[in-house]
Amino acid sequence: MMLRRPLFWLILLLAAVFAWLPKHGNNVALREDLILVAVAIILTSNLNLMIGYTGYVNFGHIVFYGLGGYVGLYLMTVRSWHLIPAALTAGVAVSVLALLFGLGILRLRGAYFALATIGVLEAVQAFVSNFESWGRSTGMYVSFESYVPMGGPKHALWLTYFLIIGVMALSLMLSLGIRRSKFGLGLFAIREDEDAAIVLGVNATLYKAIIYSVSAFLPAVAGALMFFKNGMIDPSIAFEYMLSLEGIVMLMLGGQGTVAGSALGAGLYERLRSYLLTSPRLSAFHLVIAGALLLLVIRLAPGGLIGWLHRLVPRSREVIE
Amino acid sequence: MSGILASMIDGLLIGSVYGLAAMGLSLIWGVMDVINLTHGAMIALGMFGMYLLFGASAANPYLLLIPVIAAGLVLGMIVYWLSVSWVIDRPQLMSLLSTFAVNMMVIGIGTAIWSTSPYNVNFSLPGITVGAYTFTGNHIAAAISAVVIALLLELFLYRTRAGKAIRAVADNRDAAELMGISSTQVLMVAFAIGIALAAASGALVSTLFPFTILSGASYQLKSFVVTVLAGLGKPFGALVAGVLLGLLEGAVSPFIAVSWIPLIEFGLFVVVLILFPRGIFGRATA
Repeated sequence: MMLRRPLFWLILLLAAVFAWLPKHGNNVALREDLILVAVAIILTSNLNLMIGYTGYVNFGHIVFYGLGGYVGLYLMTVRSWHLIPAALTAGVAVSVLALLFGLGILRLRGAYFALATIGVLEAVQAFVSNFESWGRSTGMYVSFESYVPMGGPKHALWLTYFLIIGVMALSLMLSLGIRRSKFGLGLFAIREDEDAAIVLGVNATLYKAIIYSVSAFLPAVAGALMFFKNGMIDPSIAFEYMLSLEGIVMLMLGGQGTVAGSALGAGLYERLRSYLLTSPRLSAFHLVIAGALLLLVIRLAPGGLIGWLHRLVPRSREVIE
Repeated sequence: MSGILASMIDGLLIGSVYGLAAMGLSLIWGVMDVINLTHGAMIALGMFGMYLLFGASAANPYLLLIPVIAAGLVLGMIVYWLSVSWVIDRPQLMSLLSTFAVNMMVIGIGTAIWSTSPYNVNFSLPGITVGAYTFTGNHIAAAISAVVIALLLELFLYRTRAGKAIRAVADNRDAAELMGISSTQVLMVAFAIGIALAAASGALVSTLFPFTILSGASYQLKSFVVTVLAGLGKPFGALVAGVLLGLLEGAVSPFIAVSWIPLIEFGLFVVVLILFPRGIFGRATA
């Protein structure tokens, strides 16, 4: 099934290129650029499960990433766990939490849910900023000992990089897998007409809660990996509202509802953002440009770049899902 | 005990400003079914509008509310044209995203001009002292201004033809069109009023607390909470619910750190949404 779909092989190729390019020639600067692109793809493709597949806007998607980072760093620094089990545990813990949250707030329909997600972000940030064990507003630091089991910081950083590339590939595979599954069809039905979906036997609340929880897992793992790589975490960087919002811009730009669109949008926007942030004249205006871009996409091409391609070349729908 | 009472009275005063902000959100939501995510940015612009006007003229801030409201109306029309006019009949996702895009642009421009450092409007009225507690004059004046503006809005909505047209469009747009009301104009006016209310509440907040360009976000969250408490399309209910939220904040603030308040507000928001999907004062049909 999966093996016959061209995008499956494209994802593997993308991951291989990401892994090989910086390692070949030991190009650390390129690695740092690509890791940001990979994280953007992870966040966007998982956000796509909510926005694109299910039609529910999650303004607080970054919560999963930040909480994953916190749980992961807590396990690594305070409990001295190894990176990999810590990251996986972070993923599971955040998913379970999301499931509980989801069963509550996903009884809300449409826009009310979107507002609740803003609240989730504010509330989680308020909680973490006051939480004694997680260092309140000063956050936590990765101590040097955490690198020892991985053979020192240099190896640890490369290992983290490859793990993040792995999570990126898994995120895209997950989107691809759900897209043609029965579960995915249920989500699409909810997106198109929730009442009709319920009448046809889709357990909408459960489906929504499951996808909300699933869309939390890989971002949480990525958060644990990424904040380990950065060496520190605090509430303002872990729950950066802007990053959550930019994820939506990336998704709309590439094309919501498509696997390739989320990756393309994330890649393009992340590179644009890096360019804008480093350009002395434009750095102050990167949000303005992002906003204008979002407005233009919604107005001119609501399907994003991939939607535009699908309209131009209808047959591409089969290949570029 | 009297400490809690004093804190609650102060909360009540500030709550009326929350209510004013929420009225703007509620009006737009009720009339055109658009959740205006530029709300927070417009509150922030109201703050900076007051800061600039007060810096330039040193006039009484409560008089300066008039130019702030006028500017809010103009700005509201621009934002309407930019982000709302073309998504009115499209899925709600689109209006969420388009107003949100404008929000990003405003915050981006604001950050470029004012950075994210705090500003304040250096103005204070003499307070009223009761026993050991002093209620600052600014809080009292802000509450009075908020109530006056709310009453004016109520008069406008219920005593003028234009207000009647807005209520008609909110009730049933197609029927209003058939009665010869140009709904495009009505929607634009309603949106502009909503933005002007947000700006006015921001201007009032700027006389109470220091603020940054990002401060609007927390008032936006409060506005959402207040709006769902009140039920949609009930601007005056929003004022009452705002006062209630202020009272609640006042009642809990002696016991817990201020940074916990978003958590409480959010909890309240979700509980109310789930228990009373149409708001505590909501009507039976949306």
